[in-house]
Amino acid sequence: MNLDPNETEQAFRTEVRAFVEQSLPEDIRQTVLNGRELGKDHYLRWQRILHQRGWGAPGWPKAFGGTGWSALQKHIFDEETTTGGAPGQVAFGLNMVAPVIMAFGTPDQQQRFLPRILTGEDWWCQGYSEPGSGSDLASLKMRAELSPDGTHYVLNGQKTWNTLGQHADWIFCLVRTNTEGRQQAGISFVLVDMKSPGITVRPIIMLDGGHEINDVFFDNVTVPVGNRIGEENKGWSYAKFLLGHERTGLALIGQSKRTLKRLKAIARLERANGKPLIEDQRFRDRIARAEIDLTALDITMMRLLSVDEAKPLGPEVSMLKIRGTEILQVLTELTMQACGHAALASLPQALKPGWEGVPIGHIYTPPVAGWYFNMRKLSIFGGSNEIQKNIISQMILGL
Amino acid sequence: MNLNLSEEQLALKETLSRFVAKDYSFKTRHDIIHSEAGISATHWAQFAELGLLALPFAEEHGGLGGTAVDTMLVMEAIGAGLMVEPYLATVVLAGGLVQGAGTEAQKNAVLPNIADGSLRMAFAHYEPGSRYEISQVAMRAERQADGYVLNGVKTFVLHGAQAAKLVVSAQDGAGLSLFIVDAEAEGVGVRDYVTQDNLRAAEISFSGVKIGADALLGASGEAQSAIERALDVANAALCAEAVGAMDALNQATLEYLKARKQFGVAIGSFQALQHRMVDMFTAVTQARSMAILASIRVASGTAEERQWACAAAKVLVSESARLVGQQAVQLHGGMGVTDELSVSHYFKRLTCICASFGDADYHLDYVSSRLLAA
Repeated sequence: MNLDPNETEQAFRTEVRAFVEQSLPEDIRQTVLNGRELGKDHYLRWQRILHQRGWGAPGWPKAFGGTGWSALQKHIFDEETTTGGAPGQVAFGLNMVAPVIMAFGTPDQQQRFLPRILTGEDWWCQGYSEPGSGSDLASLKMRAELSPDGTHYVLNGQKTWNTLGQHADWIFCLVRTNTEGRQQAGISFVLVDMKSPGITVRPIIMLDGGHEINDVFFDNVTVPVGNRIGEENKGWSYAKFLLGHERTGLALIGQSKRTLKRLKAIARLERANGKPLIEDQRFRDRIARAEIDLTALDITMMRLLSVDEAKPLGPEVSMLKIRGTEILQVLTELTMQACGHAALASLPQALKPGWEGVPIGHIYTPPVAGWYFNMRKLSIFGGSNEIQKNIISQMILGL
Repeated sequence: MNLNLSEEQLALKETLSRFVAKDYSFKTRHDIIHSEAGISATHWAQFAELGLLALPFAEEHGGLGGTAVDTMLVMEAIGAGLMVEPYLATVVLAGGLVQGAGTEAQKNAVLPNIADGSLRMAFAHYEPGSRYEISQVAMRAERQADGYVLNGVKTFVLHGAQAAKLVVSAQDGAGLSLFIVDAEAEGVGVRDYVTQDNLRAAEISFSGVKIGADALLGASGEAQSAIERALDVANAALCAEAVGAMDALNQATLEYLKARKQFGVAIGSFQALQHRMVDMFTAVTQARSMAILASIRVASGTAEERQWACAAAKVLVSESARLVGQQAVQLHGGMGVTDELSVSHYFKRLTCICASFGDADYHLDYVSSRLLAA
């Protein structure tokens, strides 16, 4: 056993790091590292830069224009881009709908959709949850009725917790095409043009004041039958396939490393009892605890990546999701705590990119409370941590 | 980066599992811990036959040249089988100190005999009142014309009464030093006791014990770093032992959840218990990662990397061990608090591991203090 990267791994890490340093536009880096609001343009510019380098789709096979990287390479890429201050690539197209289109779509659908995801021309969002269907996703009710001539579906209903749909060109939806029998057996997977008449996007403002989620209403929205992925009523199996893909990134190790580094820096700058806060043992112990937990998670990830690089991770990733989200939540909580009273000031203007006003506290203070509040979502989305425990309980422990 | 076991290590792991299953049943252990000796000479001889006692030593001293990762596998099996023999005391601690600090003559006198099972040793370091502090040693080694005279008291000498030779720490005027002392020497008083987890430890007094100049192990006054290293290695080994014990305990608890019926159903069908079992499973997975990290850093890290990894591992493993131990008892209900099942024995061993060679608070203090460095 050894933890040291071999030459190839080290060279790859160095290459990614150097690329991020040279190619990530400074304004995007500053926006990310200072916790300012990221706009559509930030994401798209970075996606185009990655695409030009041939790294637009780290998770895709080469045949579709991806990098063909191993799981370990993807992990290194994720860590280096994140710690280097790059915005995350928007996952809904690249990592969520694309694998489904590759696995279950027709060649025509693959031709039509995949290249535009790679370039960033199409922004995708997800239509899964509904007001009455959260953790019990299979109970979803949004109807898709086949037209009498069999050429199109008509969608009626509501999707919610839709992330960044305000920017989206397309939405992939789970819809009900059959109301009889097992509820899982009546679901289909369809791709819908967000410009279709009858779609209304309504913002849901989150507790930190940010707009990153929406309700999406469908009122007699027409979708060609050719936009259905795979077979009618088989959508649930495609969705389960996708959930496996979604979870692998949710260990959030790169983000936690970035946050820990910032927390340590802040704890040196903040003062308590006339000394740097880092010298307060009670607070320092909390950082140490979080650092130990993050180290353990990092090694656990390495162990899973060592098992078989080519094999997709199994239900063990649920454990990574649980611990990863818990750790990042603790780190953001400690970051807010480190800032004391100054963290309590709400300065929404200070979160805009390019703001050069005078903060309450320090330049790093304005976003810290919002981070803490916002990150409570981590243990709720992507299959709540309780659902992840159900998955481990059933699939690993056999309970 | 590769965290897979090698072919040889997989074979060793397999051999160890078979040994535990075939030769170290809970009943066998019961007989051993209630015997006067408290350890089994037969099983110690089997350890030697399997090459376990020779594992970490260099080939020229009768060893097999294994690394801390190999030791990790042995300790995991010791944890899974709740084995009470003095592997940690003899091979890891005393053997490790001699291998690390000994002269060629000392290594030749000690290591081949440990390797073939004929010599058991222990490390006498902690003293009443020193708690977990490494440098708080009051014991004196007074320099004489032809050697030293030892005076002082050592406590929590793991398997001290089962050892023929002791490695003893003492102040010799130049500073902290180590000595190899015959347990039978005149003036050595050994009080053997049973620990809560049915291992043996001893309180050992030294009153005017005369030893030769050649008893000095390593340079005079410079033992601090050797002791730090030995205790790091011991903690890495204990982390592995705890992981082996937790693994076995989780397995037993999982089986119990599937077999035990209440309200007409298996209690494992209750979500409250399922989620707790998942927490226990997750805790061991994280603990194993840290035990691996500690072993790797012991095998090939810098002193700083090693100290951080062993301390961090002990913190996380202790917390995991507490969770798994307490909850395994809880999930077994009344059966969990009986002496009859292995559950309570695993719980007690885990509890003792947490309190040995520095508890979680002690090690957290180290990890935390490192945050002060730039």
